Amino acid sequence: MLELSTVVTTYGAVRAVDGVSLSAPAGALTAVLGANGAGKTSLLRTISGLVAPRSGSIRFDDTEIAGVAPDRVARMGLGHVPEHGGVITELTVRENLRLGALHRRDKADRAVALGEVLDLFPPLASRLSAQASTLSGGERQMLAIGRALMGRPRMLLLDEPSLGLAPMVTAQIMRVLRNLRADRGLTVLLVEQNARSALSVAEHAYVLALGRVVVDAPAHAITAEALHDVYLGAR
Amino acid sequence: MNQFLTLTVGGIASGAVYAALGLSLVIIFRATRVVNFAQPALALLSTYLAFTVSQATGSYWLGFLVAIVGGAVLGAASDRLLIRPARAHGELGSVIVTLGFLLVAQAVSGMIWTSEPRSFGYAFDFRGLFSAANVFAVVAVLVTAGAVLLLFKATPLGLRMRAAAFAPEAASLVGVRVGLMVTVGAMLAAAVGALAGLLAVPPLLYPTVLDGIFVYALTAAVVGGLDNPIGTVVAGFTVGIGLSYVSGYLGPELVTLASLAVLVLVLSLRPNGLFGRGLARRV
Repeated sequence: MLELSTVVTTYGAVRAVDGVSLSAPAGALTAVLGANGAGKTSLLRTISGLVAPRSGSIRFDDTEIAGVAPDRVARMGLGHVPEHGGVITELTVRENLRLGALHRRDKADRAVALGEVLDLFPPLASRLSAQASTLSGGERQMLAIGRALMGRPRMLLLDEPSLGLAPMVTAQIMRVLRNLRADRGLTVLLVEQNARSALSVAEHAYVLALGRVVVDAPAHAITAEALHDVYLGAR
Repeated sequence: MNQFLTLTVGGIASGAVYAALGLSLVIIFRATRVVNFAQPALALLSTYLAFTVSQATGSYWLGFLVAIVGGAVLGAASDRLLIRPARAHGELGSVIVTLGFLLVAQAVSGMIWTSEPRSFGYAFDFRGLFSAANVFAVVAVLVTAGAVLLLFKATPLGLRMRAAAFAPEAASLVGVRVGLMVTVGAMLAAAVGALAGLLAVPPLLYPTVLDGIFVYALTAAVVGGLDNPIGTVVAGFTVGIGLSYVSGYLGPELVTLASLAVLVLVLSLRPNGLFGRGLARRV
């Protein structure tokens, strides 16, 4: 569903993404792992159009989206939940959720989508009128994912949903991701530093180091030792 | 007592104008995060547009309509041609560019319409304390403020505009056309500013006519909070009434001084405005 080939993204002289090729097949959960500064976030920002790549191709459902503006990419059905969620704290929970569905033509479905999101994340249901700034970290991450789901994306990019969350909350979010894929066939590209929780739900994983893919293997074949080497800079 | 009543009513009428121009500053600040000195320039050009059209056609209301629509068009143009290119030079760069535009616009309107005061009429009869013109000014500003609030709070467009203003990146990731929302904000701000110009100018129109009013409107926006439309409208009326008392009881020469004193006091004690919620986001 998503195919990257030799994508390069630079910030000045820094090559944050240095010739990455990867593929995220439809209906699968693909993980991208790597230490801090490996280029994971830059990779997602390039895919969703927040940064234009210097070169390379990004195909989403056989449409070239490299360099396309982020709002258009979002309307094409590729949702991106950024690092820390990107919840708009000045708006209420309900407004954040409504915002996720505004670009869709099917207005009748918005209420249905809202009901589904609240079923997935029950803690949000009682906080609908609350200012998003009053939510806990876990609730914010739920709201961020819920907001992306309101747009009924065909694919979701998730940037470190476990960042700063308690292990139980992380486990809950991973469970939701697994169910979404099983029940709706949602395609997910999951970026994580927390390798264990990501590998527990992913089929396939890529490991990035210094902007390059250094491991490309089925999730179950990636061992803790191999990751240690990469995270500690041995490879 | 009679003087008190006269001053109060007069203050409410001029306060309506400060509230409208202040509201236009708030709308543009929300959309672009820039204190926009081009706002009074756009209001001035719109009012001159009304003057020209009314002179040519003899119809006040046709001129009024052209000023509001023309203001919106000017607002869009200023956003695309002026502020957007300037934003690359940072916040201060944008502020200075808008300030430069104010000077250029005043000079250009002097070149086109001369700096001679032109007579510019009221919408309605202006005689008496509760004159029709005063009532119209207050009602028009209150209705406009209400409509703007309703737009922000209760419509999909308003939700998009607020999202684009608070968190442009997050908004674009859920499909909001952030650039378009900023332009819509600039159009709305300039249209509200044009209304302020039309209400403020009578009886005489000349290139620097809005300078003083701009200072009072800026005071209102700072007192009310640049991010806070309700606060600014309330502050606009309060500043109008307060300055009217200063003028009546202490002397008209102290009005500007009083306004500046309020500005300095609020900026040093409550820089986010008396009703401000604080700069929650400065990313």
